[in-house]
Amino acid sequence: MSTSWVNPLRDPRDKRLPRIAGPCGLVIFGVTGDLSRKKLMPAIYDLSNRGLLPPGFALVGFARRDWADEDFMKVVKDAVREHARTPFREAVWKQLAEGLRFVQGSFDDDAAFDQLADTLKQLDDQRGTGGNHAFYLSIPPAAFPTVTRQLSRSGLASADGERWRRVVIEKPFGHDLDSARELNAVVNDVFPEESVFRIDHYLGKETVQNVLALRFANTFFEPIWNANYVDHVQITMAEDIGLGGRAGYYDGIGAARDVIQNHLLQLLALTAMEEPVSFSPADLRAEKAKVLASTKPIEPLDETTARGQYVGGWQGGQQVPGLLEEGGFSPESTTETFAAITLGVHNRRWAGVPFYLRTGKRLGRRVTEIAVVFKRAPHLPFDDTATEELGQNALVIRVQPDEGITMRFGSKIPGTSMEIRDVNMDFSYGHAFTEASPEAYERLILDVLLGEPSLFPVNEEVELSWKILDPVLDFWAEQGKPDPYEPGAWGPDSAEAMLARTGRTWRRP
Amino acid sequence: MIVDLPSTTTSAVNKKLVELRERGGAVTLARVLTLVIVTNEGEEAESVIDPAIEASREHPCRVIILARGPKKAAPRLDAQIRVGGDAGASEVIVLRLYGPLAGQGASCAIPLLLPDAPVVAWWPTGAPANTAEDPIGTLAHRRITDAAAEKNPIKFLTSRLETYSDGDTDLAWTRVTQWRALLSAALDLPPHEKVRAATVTGDATSPSSELLAAWLSRYLNVPVRRVKTDAGPGIVSVVLERQSGNVELVRPDGVTATLTQFGQPERRVALPRRDLTECLTEELRRLDPDEIYEETLHDLGKVIKGRAPAATKTAPKKAVATKKKAAKK
Ligand SMILES: NC(=O)c1ccc[n+]([C@@H]2O[C@H](COP(=O)([O-])OP(=O)(O)OC[C@H]3O[C@@H](n4cnc5c(N)ncnc54)[C@H](OP(=O)(O)O)[C@@H]3O)[C@@H](O)[C@H]2O)c1
Repeated sequence: MSTSWVNPLRDPRDKRLPRIAGPCGLVIFGVTGDLSRKKLMPAIYDLSNRGLLPPGFALVGFARRDWADEDFMKVVKDAVREHARTPFREAVWKQLAEGLRFVQGSFDDDAAFDQLADTLKQLDDQRGTGGNHAFYLSIPPAAFPTVTRQLSRSGLASADGERWRRVVIEKPFGHDLDSARELNAVVNDVFPEESVFRIDHYLGKETVQNVLALRFANTFFEPIWNANYVDHVQITMAEDIGLGGRAGYYDGIGAARDVIQNHLLQLLALTAMEEPVSFSPADLRAEKAKVLASTKPIEPLDETTARGQYVGGWQGGQQVPGLLEEGGFSPESTTETFAAITLGVHNRRWAGVPFYLRTGKRLGRRVTEIAVVFKRAPHLPFDDTATEELGQNALVIRVQPDEGITMRFGSKIPGTSMEIRDVNMDFSYGHAFTEASPEAYERLILDVLLGEPSLFPVNEEVELSWKILDPVLDFWAEQGKPDPYEPGAWGPDSAEAMLARTGRTWRRP
Repeated sequence: MIVDLPSTTTSAVNKKLVELRERGGAVTLARVLTLVIVTNEGEEAESVIDPAIEASREHPCRVIILARGPKKAAPRLDAQIRVGGDAGASEVIVLRLYGPLAGQGASCAIPLLLPDAPVVAWWPTGAPANTAEDPIGTLAHRRITDAAAEKNPIKFLTSRLETYSDGDTDLAWTRVTQWRALLSAALDLPPHEKVRAATVTGDATSPSSELLAAWLSRYLNVPVRRVKTDAGPGIVSVVLERQSGNVELVRPDGVTATLTQFGQPERRVALPRRDLTECLTEELRRLDPDEIYEETLHDLGKVIKGRAPAATKTAPKKAVATKKKAAKK
């Protein structure tokens, strides 16, 4: 858009008008993969169904299978029918299908990338994608250098004038600080940082965006959101499933790299950051980077961290194998499937408040939440017996499932003399987030096409996160085997011990 | 669960609601608004329950349906409460009002409004002339009418301006959102030339066509013609005239549109007519005054009326599926 042009039909007060991206196309590498079939293609259909994709949108799949356009179309259609959130509508599908193309080849095949370049040129002519293309690398990171080099070689990585080229990458963003820097160098060598979109799908979730609304749109919470009132913070992401079939990705990586480095540290940043000057991407990032830069593990690490590996046993009425029996894992594997760490945020607001982060597989249930646990009242004007059952007040942001907010506080038990007990008050914006509201991937893909970077962590945040985690990983690397834990519970005993040392306990989420 | 309370009072209804909640366990669903639907007893009342329940999935709410029965009958209030599986993310209270009570909807609704939460009033058809001053309208932060479902859609629409009050909105306006989005997006692209004139073609009784034309008139500030045709349901086409070539968005069949503009290949866009659920969901998304709608109403009178000259762009003949009521499909 030329700078002097003001579209007379656009009015900032017009909140009904959806944001529709300009003409563009999306190329998915690794289109045969799990992520592409379960999340990306369905999200694209859902966007299309909601009228949010530009007319003439094109979707190009790149893979080594020997497929014709029609085969690809069928694969997309099946994925959409099976996984899309919104109902299947033939008219919508037909429009989308007109813009589907398939390019066959392996990543080291120059000819295939030249053909991709031709396909995109044709799409610019036939569909009017206008030279605007995003490349989604839904492939193992090991393949990034080859693919980015190919994109650069075939002239696909850069565009002139007002056209744009963007690249979308998925975690893992390296396995430590050094490898993350290398990976960033590889990507930035071809794509400038402002056209790199790193997906952390948690940031696309409504509840996570709601953390900022909760904190900065209200008067209730911010005055007590600091070390004067907060005792500690627990951030949990638990899964009840095991790692069967994911050895290739997970063995040697482990829970901390897979989840803490990205999702949990992003949640910590949103919970702990100062109020941004504005909600512009630059201002948001500035605050996130500041808080991540002041965050460090609390030592000694043998007392403040825990790691575990699930063993076989009974979970939820089923007998399940331990990690070492799962196909593909080395019987000697020291990969942790549970990780818990203690972080301190060294600034005036949070000095002395531990942030406990934990994640694991084969835990009690699937749940992600941020729990802010408050200090006890400094004085209780009741008999001791009256407050025996009174715990600490807590505010819990339930990220998934059953998205919402819980407040925990003391209340008099009806009927008795003065006796006080903890109660929960729940808010959930109904089924909104599970049924009617967009999937995280819809929001994120739309933002990529719009070039709206707020919800994507930048290079700096990735590197800062590794700086926080690396000392813990180095320490663990010297410790031999992780502690075993039973499936279906909440991790190894060492995790309980790590909090018990300071007289605290984990919430049972 | 569906609970019937024949010949009852609102306090009995309230008591039953509390009882159901206690029996059903903790209140876990916070409701963000009360939706009051004013309708006539019978089929009409039934037909709005589903869209309201569906819309409540995005906006958990309490739905109060005031179903007016015959005025001549003896005064009686029959209530029905639907919760749980029968009510989506909402709780639905149907109040059937007979005799003199039929005119006392507001007094029946007031005790059942959620404390402190915004109130949205919706008249699926038969809206009062001045919604803001209607007893139920005065309770509401937002008042939804539907010109397309009124006896004389165009006349009803024009009367909206005279009584406009902040919070008014009409589903005929909601139905043009997607058209407006596509046209706005088209003008984002070069060549960035001024539009010189515009034409909106649609069904003679399509209030959405009127609103779309008025909106273009207001924001483009050029003469806009509104051409009537019986070639398709609802809006059929929009043409924006520019120096190097027109922007044309043509939907002959009510399902798929073709977008043509200078410098871009011709494109097909899925542009199906929106159903009630979709429209209602959009309406409940925002509760502040819709300034754009208000300004658009001001330009209804400026639109130049005309019939389709025989030779202009008419849709392919296959699409002669005319429907007089421009409402849902
Ligand atoms: N699945 C998830 O939920 C998830 C979550 C977070 C991050 N991620 C990340 O997202 C990316 C994709 O994940 P995924 O689960 O979809 O992986 P996947 O199921 O293993 O799929 C990988 C894709 O890459 C292709 N591929 C791999 N090596 C190739 C080569 N040398 N030449 C051509 N194609 C090659 C595969 O093609 P073939 O079918 O021909 O083998 C397949 O389409 C990875 O970076 C992963 O770390 C995934």
